[in-house]
Amino acid sequence: MSSSGYYFVIVGHADQVVYEIELGGSNGQTTDNRHLNQFIAHAALDLVDEAMWRNTTTYLKQVDKFNEWNVSAYVTAGGLRFLFLYEHLPRSGEDGLKNFLTEVYETYVKLLLNPFYVPDKPIRSAAFDKKIQTIARKWNL
Amino acid sequence: MQSSTRLKSSTLDRSLQKTKGDANFSTFALLFSEMVQYSQNRVDNIHDLQNRLADFGKHVGIRVLDLFFLRVGKDKREVRLTPMLVFIQKVFWKFLFNREADNLEQHAQEANVYYLIERECLVNKFISVPNDKGNLNCASFVAGIIEGVLCTSSFTCKVLAHQGPRGTTYVINFDKSVIERESRLDSK
Repeated sequence: MSSSGYYFVIVGHADQVVYEIELGGSNGQTTDNRHLNQFIAHAALDLVDEAMWRNTTTYLKQVDKFNEWNVSAYVTAGGLRFLFLYEHLPRSGEDGLKNFLTEVYETYVKLLLNPFYVPDKPIRSAAFDKKIQTIARKWNL
Repeated sequence: MQSSTRLKSSTLDRSLQKTKGDANFSTFALLFSEMVQYSQNRVDNIHDLQNRLADFGKHVGIRVLDLFFLRVGKDKREVRLTPMLVFIQKVFWKFLFNREADNLEQHAQEANVYYLIERECLVNKFISVPNDKGNLNCASFVAGIIEGVLCTSSFTCKVLAHQGPRGTTYVINFDKSVIERESRLDSK
């Protein structure tokens, strides 16, 4: 089984995509896979919504499973949802994933502090992209 | 072009922790008075002035909640209404103003109205309201902060500031979707 990539998406308050990125794995991700990723993430949103009102922790481990894809979620204090799709846990394991999500959260808050960034609008900053990729490499994704 | 990309990556790399001590109160008071004057020059009536200050506050509130979680290292969100309000009254107020708000009360008849009372509002310390301005209360800025914090954590509400006999009162009016969710979570 080839090592597949991971798909990470930040979902805003109105269920819109604020940021999405494909990480790691092979470069042979077809457009079909991308639609499937969005579909799986969207379907998992309901479960995340339910879980976030029962569980006060920010990191919700695995919330959903679709065929061989697992979905992990991280809910921020500001009600933003981070979804992470993976087939197999990254080499650094559950902890590595949690640390990755925490660092992405920190980077997001730094972006949020920028008064020119309107919350819930799509993030199109190249520096943010690069930073996320650096964090992903750091946690062995 | 190269210097601007360098600058952008540096803001995302900077630490979120506070570098030095608390901000100087006089500096803040000066900044706040400028904000009030700026708004005053652009509105026709007091209601709009209060709305503008509340908008500034919302701007702050949305951001400061996440900042608080990261600086203090808290990782348990509040999902129920009363703990959230208590959190704002005690922990969050301490983070913002270095003291706790004095009282938190619920309206006797309407379950979706809460009052948060503090004796002396920090931002109003150097603000004097002349008689022709009537009901103006610059604590609308703080009301905006509270509204920003609550709305972004999915407790949709409207917050207004009033000057009462016991001090500055923030009237928090929750949306009925919040009350419905609360009763749903209660019954689970």
